[in-house]
Amino acid sequence: MAFDKMELRDIEVWDGNHAAAQALRQCQVDVICAYPITPSTPIVEGYAQFKADNYIEGEYVLVESEHAAMSGCIGASAAGGRVATATSSQGLALMVETLYQAAGMRLPIILNIVNRALAAPLNVNGDHSDMYLCRDSGWIQFDAFSPQEAYDLNMIAFRVSEDHDVRIPSIINQDGFLTSHTAQGVHTITDDVVYNFVGTFKPMNDMLDFEHPVTHGVQTEEDWHFEHKARQHNDMMTVVPDKIENAFSDFEKLTGRKYNKVECYDMDGADIAIVCMGTSVETVREVVSEMRKDGLKVGVVGLRVVRPFPFAEIGDTLKDIKAVAALDRSAPGGAAGMLFNEISGSLFNTDSKMLLSGFIYGLGGRDLTKANIRDLYKELQANVDAGKVLTKQQQFIGVRGPKLAYL
Amino acid sequence: MLEIRWHSRAGQGAVTGAKGLADVISTTGKHVQAFAFYGSAKRGASMTAYNRVDDEVIMNHEKYMKPDYVFVIDPALAITTDVTINHKDTTKYIVTTHLSTQDLIKAQPKFVGKEVYTVDCIQIALDTIGRPIPNTPMLGAFMKISGMYDIEFFKENMNRVLAKLPQKIIDANMVAIQRAYDEVK
Repeated sequence: MAFDKMELRDIEVWDGNHAAAQALRQCQVDVICAYPITPSTPIVEGYAQFKADNYIEGEYVLVESEHAAMSGCIGASAAGGRVATATSSQGLALMVETLYQAAGMRLPIILNIVNRALAAPLNVNGDHSDMYLCRDSGWIQFDAFSPQEAYDLNMIAFRVSEDHDVRIPSIINQDGFLTSHTAQGVHTITDDVVYNFVGTFKPMNDMLDFEHPVTHGVQTEEDWHFEHKARQHNDMMTVVPDKIENAFSDFEKLTGRKYNKVECYDMDGADIAIVCMGTSVETVREVVSEMRKDGLKVGVVGLRVVRPFPFAEIGDTLKDIKAVAALDRSAPGGAAGMLFNEISGSLFNTDSKMLLSGFIYGLGGRDLTKANIRDLYKELQANVDAGKVLTKQQQFIGVRGPKLAYL
Repeated sequence: MLEIRWHSRAGQGAVTGAKGLADVISTTGKHVQAFAFYGSAKRGASMTAYNRVDDEVIMNHEKYMKPDYVFVIDPALAITTDVTINHKDTTKYIVTTHLSTQDLIKAQPKFVGKEVYTVDCIQIALDTIGRPIPNTPMLGAFMKISGMYDIEFFKENMNRVLAKLPQKIIDANMVAIQRAYDEVK
């Protein structure tokens, strides 16, 4: 069936949801199984509109739950198609069982997660609870800080996941509302150029290849389960990082936009730094460029690839920094935040004398203001001046009531 | 950096208005941001939407804003909520109301000493589009007060932004934009 191509202006004013929907259209996905949920609804809604308007050749399957959405994606991917969907928060929570199935079955599905808080209490706004919920699920995880990046990273994710040496599904995270519902200028790529970049889907072990029958979703007990999991982890640690690097590099050649597993801004000669994810990276960047004008040696690090965690790159970036704040936008549930732990792991057993403090912030969409960020840098500088962390190692930013500090 | 805050009720088109404005401004090479906060609010609930415009790429994602302009597109919100929150000395207000500017200031003492303009976008929308959707007329009023663009240039671009709507509705929107441009004071 013939379908239409879409003429785009060089810069379109799109929110993150629309940017992701456009990228999925341009990548010519074969099957989308969708069960919409706020704030990711406009991704699959927009995709359905493209389908209705004859911009899409593939199948669009409305299902009865997020569990069924990912189950449908798994079936379609095992059958041999290019597959994607989108979800958020509670929907992702219902999907989690099947996320582990998709990763274990080595199915290169693309999932857009528009990050939102997890109930209770019910909340539709952005934090990273859902991102953290599936961080050990075996999926590759990218993080977009803006609509432009949500657009670009979808294409990059298809390239990485569908590589026959990888065959591991990818999640593209974007902040609920702050990216998903914020319209900004997005530099577009034409339909043909995007499709050439991701390439025609090449199935592997596809169930519709009747000449070569295969079994998917098998049971392995003590005899083989561990080997499967170990091999998959091995590929995440040794194969995927280079494949991501290659995809970033090819994408830069195509568009001039350069992505890195660890994004560094104003880190040259920095004494103190904030490490964070999502739109916060951009707000901190703005504060940093203002503070740099006053001669303060401040920088910011944004995590572009959450899984596989860029252990070496983070260690290398931070080893000579005097004090670092790790910002986690998820309730830690009785532990240090994820970024605090991962950064600690990256620098433990090294000669680094970095002073690390962890902060929980922005839960349920609570604002991270530029004033908050300036205060944070002041605190880091005080730690540097004292030669030790003067506060508890875990604090909360922007929560009402008495100051909370632990560890 | 130019910053605008919209006060609206969910369903009155503040988000569409903010995005439409951002789209038009973007065509002139400026960087834009349009966003809103409405949570799981239902139609009719009070909400705010925002625009940022700058010559540089806009990195700031904080919700906190000291706006240069405040657009109030529901008449009651000027009275029942504080639309002057986080104001600057130079903040300008464009309020949808059937009241004169003078009577509005009498009804809402927080406007005393501030630069307030009024226009009845609800009535204009009812007369032209046939529904109380005051978003596009508000932008016509903004073009007049700010002098940002020639009104013909603005309407031409809004024609493109609204292109998916039936021609009759697009034409009605153009009349509404022009009327608000002419009537705001």
